[in-house]
Amino acid sequence: MRSAVIIFPGSNCDRDMDVALTKYGFKNLMIWHNDATLPKCDLVVLPGGFSYGDYLRCGSIAGKSKIIKSVIDFANSGGLVLGICNGFQILTETGLLPGVLQRNKYLNFICRNIHVKINDKNNQYFKDIKKDVLEFHIAHNEGNYFCSEEELKIINNNNQIALTYCSSDGLEDNEYNPNGALKNIAGVFNKEKNVLGMMPHPERMIDKHLSGEDGSIFFENLMNNSK
Amino acid sequence: MEVNEQIAVDHGLTKEEFKKINELLKRKPNLTELAIFSAMWNEHCSYKSSRKHLKNLHTKGSQVIQGPGENAGVIDIGDDDAIVFKIESHNHPSFIEPYQGAATGVGGIMRDVFTMGARPIANLNSIHFGSTQNKKTKNLLRGVVKGIGGYGNCIGVPTIAGQTNFDESYNGNILVNAMTLGLVNKNKIFYSKAAGLNKPVIYVGSKTGRDGIHGASMASAIFDDKIEEKKPTVQVGDPFTEKLLLEACLELMKEDSIISIQDMGAAGLTSSSVEMASKGKLGIELDLSKVPCREENMTPYEIMLSESQERMLIILENGKENSAKAIFDKWNLDFAVIGKTTNSKNLELIFNKKKVAEIPIDFLAENAPIYDRKWKKIKLPQKINFKKDIFKSLKLENCLKKILSNPNICEKKWIWEQYDHTVMGDTIQKPGGDAGVVRVHGTNKAVAACIDSSAVYCFSHPLTGGKQVVCESWRNLISVGAKPMAITNCLNFGNPEKEKNMGEFVECVSGISEASKYLNFPVVSGNVSFYNETKDKGIKPTPSIGGVGLLENYKNMISMDLKKEKNTILVIGKTEGHIEQSVFARMILLEKKGPPPEINLFNEKNNGETVLRLMKEELIMACHDISVGGILTAIAKMCIKGNKGITIKPPKGLLNKFNYFFGEDQGRYLVEIDSSKLNNVEKILKENSVHYDILGIVEKNTLKLNEEFDIDIDVLRDCYKNWLKKYMVN
Repeated sequence: MRSAVIIFPGSNCDRDMDVALTKYGFKNLMIWHNDATLPKCDLVVLPGGFSYGDYLRCGSIAGKSKIIKSVIDFANSGGLVLGICNGFQILTETGLLPGVLQRNKYLNFICRNIHVKINDKNNQYFKDIKKDVLEFHIAHNEGNYFCSEEELKIINNNNQIALTYCSSDGLEDNEYNPNGALKNIAGVFNKEKNVLGMMPHPERMIDKHLSGEDGSIFFENLMNNSK
Repeated sequence: MEVNEQIAVDHGLTKEEFKKINELLKRKPNLTELAIFSAMWNEHCSYKSSRKHLKNLHTKGSQVIQGPGENAGVIDIGDDDAIVFKIESHNHPSFIEPYQGAATGVGGIMRDVFTMGARPIANLNSIHFGSTQNKKTKNLLRGVVKGIGGYGNCIGVPTIAGQTNFDESYNGNILVNAMTLGLVNKNKIFYSKAAGLNKPVIYVGSKTGRDGIHGASMASAIFDDKIEEKKPTVQVGDPFTEKLLLEACLELMKEDSIISIQDMGAAGLTSSSVEMASKGKLGIELDLSKVPCREENMTPYEIMLSESQERMLIILENGKENSAKAIFDKWNLDFAVIGKTTNSKNLELIFNKKKVAEIPIDFLAENAPIYDRKWKKIKLPQKINFKKDIFKSLKLENCLKKILSNPNICEKKWIWEQYDHTVMGDTIQKPGGDAGVVRVHGTNKAVAACIDSSAVYCFSHPLTGGKQVVCESWRNLISVGAKPMAITNCLNFGNPEKEKNMGEFVECVSGISEASKYLNFPVVSGNVSFYNETKDKGIKPTPSIGGVGLLENYKNMISMDLKKEKNTILVIGKTEGHIEQSVFARMILLEKKGPPPEINLFNEKNNGETVLRLMKEELIMACHDISVGGILTAIAKMCIKGNKGITIKPPKGLLNKFNYFFGEDQGRYLVEIDSSKLNNVEKILKENSVHYDILGIVEKNTLKLNEEFDIDIDVLRDCYKNWLKKYMVN
């Protein structure tokens, strides 16, 4: 299993992602945004951070960087592309994923543990995960997911809503929505489900001494299913 | 423009200082030269009022690799790993423009740390605001928190601990003290001392603009009604550029090409070039036409005084310019050779091929004025004789609820959830505990850090207060299982030209020194902020102490949440019931006079070291130091965090129960132990002559004392958790 983490100027979760992927057995390479081509790999990760300072609009400048064309080609050929936090924002900017991420509802940056419900397991990311609810961690200022009614219908019908914010026992109430996201959406797939974007950071949850361990479940499963 | 005395005074120099400049130069300075003197001789850069007393700080120890005088202090944590850390104030700018003031404070302190070759691994802050009734407080708090978060979050360094305080003495002068810890290989530390002749002087980072001109002199002045006019002196931060600068500098540092490096902080290009040359006993020649500028037609005066952020000055080995430039090109940062080192021992400035300034470096650094300001000794206030009937109408339960929702004690989650405290994937104790803890990446070690200040005690008796803050820091580190290593201090005071304020400073410093020496807890870096005064009203003396401790194995870290029912809680250290200056006396009895609790350094050291020994033998399951609010407040917090209760045994002895439960005697800890190991623990405590009392037994979820009270933990949690959120939302 080979993976590639792309470093944009301003990425700051690239090392954390490298640590997590390596821990669960991936042979990981770090790729500079200015490279023209991707190495041969099975998984491409766009990590969290503030690419280009998030100036102009989160992810918009990174969405136009040199490497992105290869990422799009890789995704279109069926390769796994995972975007975490700023990576999710970048993926919506490239058009690989539907919707946009707006400023959090109460206009504050939020860093805390949250729970998400897995809405669809018919994909390589969540296929053999037994739990329905995972405890993850968020740290963002713009995680308020939004899309048009039409798009919402489409992603609903295609089971493209990957994760939704919920209580520890799976209740998707407004109370458990940390940032005002439409329908509590925390992560979405593309139509083919090889591209996943999500706001939570599983890479920060890979050790019981950290904020929690449910990230391990995610990476272990990903390792097993992307072989 | 011809320079005269009035122009010098407008630059913040005194008439005598202007006279001295003329005497030193044996001529009148030109305007650029005058500005350079004013930047180097102001309080912020020259430490002219404090230097005499700072010499008395305790700064040595086998753990110290670098003490005060560099960009930051460095301590040895074993296996070639070293921790670089420092605290710095950004008080004046933050009051004028809270977001940018706080943000650039964080940016500045991180640069001080990565300048030395260390990757920043944790940020902390100590922020002080006026009364919660003051109409400016809410906006200042919101702005400062957003500024700190906006910068630290973007760089990707976790903010792991902090302190927030409200007191009316900060109504006109808030305090924003930011601290950063970085990790470096101890054989690869970079210093600011220049060496070698004709070495290229390199400018890297952001372009120079007109922002922040006179920032350092602004930070050395008292405020009046016209402070709004000072807005242009506040710098504007760009955390994205700082992130690039961090990565580019660390990349360059992997090669052997840097001789010395210094960030451009207060007084920008002026102080960085002068400090590097001064330390290396060299001269430096700069061609200001080569400085990358953001705005057109900038004059030498503006270029030398600009405090534009995210800039560094590097002295490079000859011939390394191209390979260094390639790195900065990759990160899209400016890189310009702007001068060279010389043997003239002068600062020489060229602009458009003309010499525009020439000043001997010594005049700016070594010969800068030092003042032995008059100061007044402050007597220990008399004890208060509290009449018994004032306690009659009080109930412990009600007092506890009030104290838990006191703005200075209540939970600060509203603040720290706005800081990314988990990025870098090594945070093992988050904000809200006694200290934040991060692992040393890729090792079994961890570093604990905390930040403390006790202005109330320092105001009452500065000497005791100074000692107390150091002890508090020491206790907080021990409470998470860390061995206290060293401290950094940020000394926030009023106007040093007033004898009372200067006395507060001198005695706090002497208290800090005494405690840090006794505890082998040396000061390795720091900063002084005077003139925290508005319209004749100064702040309470507020030394902030940033403490750093080491855990040999991160798995042995301790937290304060109660772990298991039926465990026993002990009070380590003796409870005498000192309530003067306690939050109970000030808030409930409305008595603000009297002395702060006494510090007994022998007990402090002995109690702390014995607690560490118990931890080493894995006998302690939870620990929390007893500080503001006394025993009952401390145990309530442990209950709330662990979602457990406790049945308290009534105190023995003659003490009034209010004195016992709310007194703020020092050197105490609450520890949770497995009841079956009580004998074992008692034996060790007795062997070491440590006084202890049994407080009670851990229960399901109520806090109980005889007939006195039986409170559901959820009720206490509401008091503790909701105050700040409600205050900020309404």
